[in-house]
Amino acid sequence: MTLIDLANPTRFLNLTSRVLPWLAAATAILLLIGLYQAAMAPDDYQQGATVKIMFVHVPNAWLAMFVWGVMSVAALGTLVWRHPLADVAAKAAAPIGAAFTFLALVTGSLWGRPMWGTYWEWDARLTSVLILFLMYLGLIALWRAVEDPSRAARAAAVLTLVGALNLPIIKFSVDWWNTLHQPASVLRMGGSSLDRSFLIPLLVMAVAFSLLFVTLHLAAMRNEILRRRVRSLQMMQASRRSA
Amino acid sequence: MTAMSLGPHASFIVTSYALASAVVLLLIVWIAIDYRRQKARLRELEASGVVRRSGRGAADV
Repeated sequence: MTLIDLANPTRFLNLTSRVLPWLAAATAILLLIGLYQAAMAPDDYQQGATVKIMFVHVPNAWLAMFVWGVMSVAALGTLVWRHPLADVAAKAAAPIGAAFTFLALVTGSLWGRPMWGTYWEWDARLTSVLILFLMYLGLIALWRAVEDPSRAARAAAVLTLVGALNLPIIKFSVDWWNTLHQPASVLRMGGSSLDRSFLIPLLVMAVAFSLLFVTLHLAAMRNEILRRRVRSLQMMQASRRSA
Repeated sequence: MTAMSLGPHASFIVTSYALASAVVLLLIVWIAIDYRRQKARLRELEASGVVRRSGRGAADV
């Protein structure tokens, strides 16, 4: 099956049904391994046990941005290639991305209180991530407000691409401005500055959360395809009644 | 200190993990309920005689 075959929603649904159980099992196994490794990770010499919050905070923060990136590619698919599944992919990803962003904000806040002495600071990193969260909510509201999916798709795609400008701001905010947030310590020039005892559980958790996203995204896309079928059948039913 | 001794900030650590678990669980439940709801709606429509042009039903997905 080639990528172009997946443009057919029925083929996509068939593939999803076959793949989802395996993805869900792999996600659960990897999450369990990651949680075990996180529990067994040593305390940090400065942060003590609070470093364990990193293993949930960082994967969620990465995914908060990654999901918007996926939605931006899907937005191009909607506007440029008019791919039939592009808007389905973007719409299905938004609530999942919003949940990851919410978790990144809250776990970051819970990590910040014992480390920085405050839950919140209006600095560049925290504020730009809060803006990302609000943009997710705005997009979800837009899809709900416009009844015609094709009209909503174009407006949402434009808004998604405009919102993508926030991604480099989030990434480089710790380098461009003074901020309480620490600079990048994993994805940076010269390699990771994290000790292996923290890096390995962090990477396992990051892969586990990424698999979780793929699993939930495919399942949510399947739901969205079904929702659109329901809508088209309801419209057929309504037109029959009025005829 | 053992690996699972969470020190003076245990409540922050436990809350972080509990909240992450709750939100992930909520997402899973929401998506599962939505799937069942959409399939039920499709079946209802098919039972009332409205079918897709391809003739495929809700049971095919």
